[in-house]
Amino acid sequence: MNRLLLITAAVGALCAVPLASQASPEEDLKAFQAYFQERFPNVPFEDFANGVYAIDKASREQWEAIEEFPPYEIAIEEGEEMFNTPFKNGKTYASCFRNGGIGVKGDYPYYDTEKGRVETLASAINECRTKNGEKPLKYKKGKLASLVAYMAYTTRGQIVDIKIPFDQRARDAYEAGKHFYYARRGQLNMSCAHCHIDNAGNKIRADLLSPALGHPTHFPVYRSKWGNLGTLHRRFAGCNKQVRAMPFKAQSEQYRNLEYFMTYMSNGLPWNGPGARK
Amino acid sequence: MRKSASSTLAAAGALTLMLGSLAIAPQAALAAGASVVEEGKAIAFNRKKGNCLACHKMKDGTLEGNIGPALVNMADRYPDKKDLRAQIWDATQVNPNTIMPPYGKYKILTEEEIDKVVEFIYTR
Ligand code: HEC
Ligand code: HEC
Repeated sequence: MNRLLLITAAVGALCAVPLASQASPEEDLKAFQAYFQERFPNVPFEDFANGVYAIDKASREQWEAIEEFPPYEIAIEEGEEMFNTPFKNGKTYASCFRNGGIGVKGDYPYYDTEKGRVETLASAINECRTKNGEKPLKYKKGKLASLVAYMAYTTRGQIVDIKIPFDQRARDAYEAGKHFYYARRGQLNMSCAHCHIDNAGNKIRADLLSPALGHPTHFPVYRSKWGNLGTLHRRFAGCNKQVRAMPFKAQSEQYRNLEYFMTYMSNGLPWNGPGARK
Repeated sequence: MRKSASSTLAAAGALTLMLGSLAIAPQAALAAGASVVEEGKAIAFNRKKGNCLACHKMKDGTLEGNIGPALVNMADRYPDKKDLRAQIWDATQVNPNTIMPPYGKYKILTEEEIDKVVEFIYTR
């Protein structure tokens, strides 16, 4: 796409009035979850963790069959092996995390008041590596996705409980993520909210749009379209490209803040990653 | 009324195509109009161009989405074609929160392509 169009699109995004007023995160959370429960009154709350399969009976059956022999199983095994293999210095990932790194996916994302930024599990994994003299891994797929898959797996069944501390910088990060979600972007001029809030449950061509509530719970995801596992930020980039917007880098500040907002909005749902999707 | 006139147009167009070079002058003139509608249809249905079926049901469409209303009786609903063109050129003028892409304003389609899409949508 040519430069001019991107600029027009960017200006469009800036001009878009954020639907968001300056409500507190707690108020946002209530309104957000109430909206989806009203829109899908027959979906039990925990089921929103299952994305599109919570609202589509037909595809749910195929998905349940796939989950019998999950395509992400090999990735969990690869992640576990990496997790337990010492670095060259003899230490392991366990040394970098609370509880030896078992069942800790729910600690992320959080606002790190020392660093003054949102920390994600993926960024913490790479930080652990560099601290121990290893090279950082790529953020969208491959080894890092497998490690996150294993760590998600050991966290299954815990309840999402993300905190927005009473710290202006944390509030700002949250607000930035929220603004991102509601801002129009790209040549097609659409926001995340247009598809996953306003039109959740509607069809865009042949695809049913999943509700925003529950999106981050089951990542990383094995997508048949990708033929492998991908992280949440890989999906963000994909959805940005769909509307012909320039995607941001995985683990960019924009995407970390977005993850912070989205995961907070899923508070109360079970962590159930990794997942399998079309 | 207009709708039936344009389907006659389409039929005449098809006939002209079949007759090829044998077509006499008046028919050739009609064929131009019909081919514009056909071109408009191709643009509207192409996923990389209008991709209107992502959101709208309409005659001859397949696997349509249901985000927007079905496009039917357009000629009756838009007595002034300019209003239809304006909706496609920038849907945010009518509904500031619309999800429908601003095809003209953001140059998703060229002005000429939009004219053709308008002619086609007018036949739905
Ligand atoms: C043009 C419509 C559209 C827009 C705009 C859009 N998405 Fe999506 N998104 C989809 C479709 C289609 C899918 C695949 C089906 C589904 O799960 O909804 C999807 C899937 C996803 C998923 C995976 C869901 C799962 O259960 O695995 C996430 C996460 C997501 N989108 C986030 C976003 C974010 C964040 C934005 C904005 C930056 C965004 N989307 C913008 C259409 C869109
Ligand atoms: C991503 C979704 C989307 C796409 C793609 C889309 N539209 Fe729409 N369209 C809508 C929605 C939603 C409305 C309802 C009014 C509104 O919100 O603007 C609408 C309204 C309309 C209307 C007015 C209908 C009426 O009842 O008066 C016309 C005409 C129209 N669209 C034509 C088109 C054409 C032609 C294309 C392709 C070139 C197209 N649309 C692509 C979503 C879409």
